[in-house]
Amino acid sequence: MKLWLAVVVACAGCAALKLAGFVVPSRLLESHLARRTLEALPVTLLSALIAVSVFATGSHLTLDSRAAGLAVALVLVTMRAPFLVVVVAACATAAGVHAL
Amino acid sequence: MTRTAAERRIRNRALTIGVSVTPFGLSFGAVAVEAHLNLIQVCLLSLVLFSGASQFALVSIIGAGGSYFSAVGTALLLGVRNGLYGARINVLLRPSGWRRLVMAQVTIDESTAMAVSEAPSGHSARAFWSTALSVYVLWNVSTIIGALVGNALGSPATTGLDVAGPAAFIALLAPRLTTLRMRLVALGSGVIALVTVPVVPVGAPILIGGLTAVALLLVVDR
Repeated sequence: MKLWLAVVVACAGCAALKLAGFVVPSRLLESHLARRTLEALPVTLLSALIAVSVFATGSHLTLDSRAAGLAVALVLVTMRAPFLVVVVAACATAAGVHAL
Repeated sequence: MTRTAAERRIRNRALTIGVSVTPFGLSFGAVAVEAHLNLIQVCLLSLVLFSGASQFALVSIIGAGGSYFSAVGTALLLGVRNGLYGARINVLLRPSGWRRLVMAQVTIDESTAMAVSEAPSGHSARAFWSTALSVYVLWNVSTIIGALVGNALGSPATTGLDVAGPAAFIALLAPRLTTLRMRLVALGSGVIALVTVPVVPVGAPILIGGLTAVALLLVVDR
């Protein structure tokens, strides 16, 4: 039941956030503080999500095949490789290292 | 002549972007099933929530054993950026009535980026809708396939699908990491999150890292 609630709240909340952009007066988003915060928020959350999804398992810090996949993704992104190439190469590397 | 060339360019780019999200969709489906979501819940997320980073954050935190509060909170905070995109698309395409509802639903990283990049050519609306349709269809199809066969292929670690999310996020982040300051903020957020991993509940490090790094940035900026 709780899982259903989480799914429904996340769906409703994210849909509402999307719609908010179309109805909230744009001057509310123009203050310096709001702009800096809203610009930085996705960057910091995604970075934290990447770090935890790659270097943690539950409450333990880990170093395994995922780190190899991430390293390849980083190199390819720096080389401006296409999105699909980055994702597929990272998965293939992680799978390869995991199989070793 | 030039019109059809633009149409062809937009169609090809929209298709390429749609195909590009499919490994991420497969990964999301597999990770979601591994986190014990049922097929209806997985499909509902892709049909209604429809935002890769939020969806992935939600199921990976639940799958890792984190609280629903952390999972939903992180998903919602990641969803805030779609609201910002909405404000931009609203000015660019000026939708009205029911179109606004549909448009809001498919206002995500990819459709916004395409609409903005085609603004000088005057084909923003076509770019927006083509990309939205392509990504919506392929994201939902790949999600279902991932949920159905992802586990048959083995655990996400065996197939490497456990890094599809992080790899996609790195690609998503790259255009935003143009300044040294932003790179340091991103790195700081990741480090803070990892430092807190052993001492706080699962899922919480993402919120703690993300929010602390933003707070630090605002303090330094003053």
